[in-house]
Amino acid sequence: MKTIVLIGDPNVGKSVLFSRLTGVDVIASNYPGTTVDYTKGRMNLHGEPVIILDAPGTYSLEATNKAEEVAVSLLDQADVIVNVVDATSLERCLLLTVELLEKRKPVIVALNMWDEAQHLGIHIDVRELENILQVPIVPTVAISAQGIKELVQRLDEARISERPRLAGEDQVWMEVGHIVRKVQTVAHRHHTIRDRLVDATVKSGTGWLAAMGVLFALFWLVRLVGEGLIKYGVEPVFDLYRVPVAALSGWLGPGLLHNILVGTLIDGQVDYVQSMGILTTGLFVPFGMVLPYIIAFYLALALLEDSGYLPRLATVTDNVFHKLGLHGHGIIPVLLGLGCNVPGVLSARTLETRKQRFIAATLVSVTVPCMAQSAMIFGVLGPHGARYILLVYGTLATVFILLGLVLNKTAHGECPELFLDIPPYRRPSLLAVTKKTWMRVRWFVTEAVPFLFLGILTVGVLNALGVINYLARPLAPFMQGWFGLPGTAVPALLAGFLRKDLAVGMLVPLALTPAQLTIAVTVMTLYFPCVATFAILLKELGVKDMLKAVAVMILTSLLVGGILRTFLIGWIR
Amino acid sequence: MCLAQGKKVSHAMNEKTLSQLKQGDTATIMVLHGGGGFQRRLRSVGLQVGKIVRVVAKHHFAGPVVVEVERRQITIGRGMAHKIVVEQEP
Repeated sequence: MKTIVLIGDPNVGKSVLFSRLTGVDVIASNYPGTTVDYTKGRMNLHGEPVIILDAPGTYSLEATNKAEEVAVSLLDQADVIVNVVDATSLERCLLLTVELLEKRKPVIVALNMWDEAQHLGIHIDVRELENILQVPIVPTVAISAQGIKELVQRLDEARISERPRLAGEDQVWMEVGHIVRKVQTVAHRHHTIRDRLVDATVKSGTGWLAAMGVLFALFWLVRLVGEGLIKYGVEPVFDLYRVPVAALSGWLGPGLLHNILVGTLIDGQVDYVQSMGILTTGLFVPFGMVLPYIIAFYLALALLEDSGYLPRLATVTDNVFHKLGLHGHGIIPVLLGLGCNVPGVLSARTLETRKQRFIAATLVSVTVPCMAQSAMIFGVLGPHGARYILLVYGTLATVFILLGLVLNKTAHGECPELFLDIPPYRRPSLLAVTKKTWMRVRWFVTEAVPFLFLGILTVGVLNALGVINYLARPLAPFMQGWFGLPGTAVPALLAGFLRKDLAVGMLVPLALTPAQLTIAVTVMTLYFPCVATFAILLKELGVKDMLKAVAVMILTSLLVGGILRTFLIGWIR
Repeated sequence: MCLAQGKKVSHAMNEKTLSQLKQGDTATIMVLHGGGGFQRRLRSVGLQVGKIVRVVAKHHFAGPVVVEVERRQITIGRGMAHKIVVEQEP
């Protein structure tokens, strides 16, 4: 089967084009480095199936990092190369184009973001460029499917350029400059107020103000959408659902099956949070409490990603992250980690050195609560007042900074400087944002929800067998002595290894004071990653560094738990 | 030796490193220092000899510098900016 490879500079829209061609959805954002591995898809080309590969972005065929190496190695498999070029920065993209032409493989160029180039007053003489490069060139706007049809129709015209080979890099650069002067004219434009506002978001003082404003708006949006979905979407459904569950409970009668399916009745009634049955708590925690916030978070994240703001946030926060052994790009693992720690740890891959990757992965898995856990924290602590929630997040943020400072001093290795290409601001497309949110939410439902079921089942069975009490007994004095928590909180902490949202839910029936709840959920975030994060840490860091990370977690949770206890409860009863 | 020094002095009037420019300054890139890989990285985002750059932002505490070249903005570390020699427009 014919293989077509999409290749181009970072953030030129390869993944959007790939989705257009294959119908396969891939995560695309408005910042460089979204794709760290290649994606494979198929399409029908004039009735014949062909394979399409979406390569990570690369500026040149001389790779400088892991993702770029992937891109270059894909070229060997290519029967046809589709070189995606950003029409708004033709000059820098042409370096790769000229290098690709020398590969002596059939090439076709998609001159993407054509609309934006016109908007900016950039005119490119496509005919002339075709004559010079001797390969077909198709202007496209991948995001709105403009020019895609023509690109597909002309794929067969992709041809091997017969331009003479250039000797050495300097010659290539000179040639690129020469071509650009020949085909491109740019209308001069003055700096507008809009330009000034855009620049303000990347400067020191105003940039921080903008960052705080954006992050505040993000949290506000998550809360608004999350609470809205619960109030108007989920709650009415679960209210209706009470009737069949009560009927089932009566029909089953007491016994093991009742305990597994419906769980224990609280005051003769099903309690969605406390009953711990698969059909009650097992459905309510993921769909009634967590899912609304997952949707809300990923919606807000998609808006943020597609707007092009993230590289600016990375620039503004760079100084702070350098103190923690990272650079501004470290904000990406943190933001993704707030959704789910697994993609958060994975995105540490885009950092250059082993030290940076270790610090980022450790900080995320120790101090960043995932959205599933956050949703439960809001649900459980919310009724006691916002100050307890603030206390939890304030503590976690403080630990993030302090732990980063310590790790930076103790971990060996380099911390290189930030090097970031800043994309223009773009208005996020409603369709793209919805699609991306849907992909991530679907991931949560298919990957995380089964785990939650498994967790509830395990807790139910172990509880029935008395295993949990057996495990809890020796730990109970320590719980009481150090954290000021009752021994009954031990099972919840143990369950946190399976799912942290479930673990927070298990605290509800214990009738803890707000102070105890605050300590418990903070320790739960810090002490150990859930099994999915644990597996990904092992894969990304290796056994030795993973063990180091775990040691850091245990120490941190003991220390922070003890300190919180001192301030919130005190030591004398 | 003497000549080389003299040459440097005569250029010192308006020749600086990019890291010495102030926020809002405009200058032309004269020389790129540093290793081959580093220079390629700079050139691949448009930071080439002869290009006009504008300093959009310069962060405190030896923080990063944001430069605009060919209508695109790029964030580079202060150390990197130190390796780019520019001639400031009067």
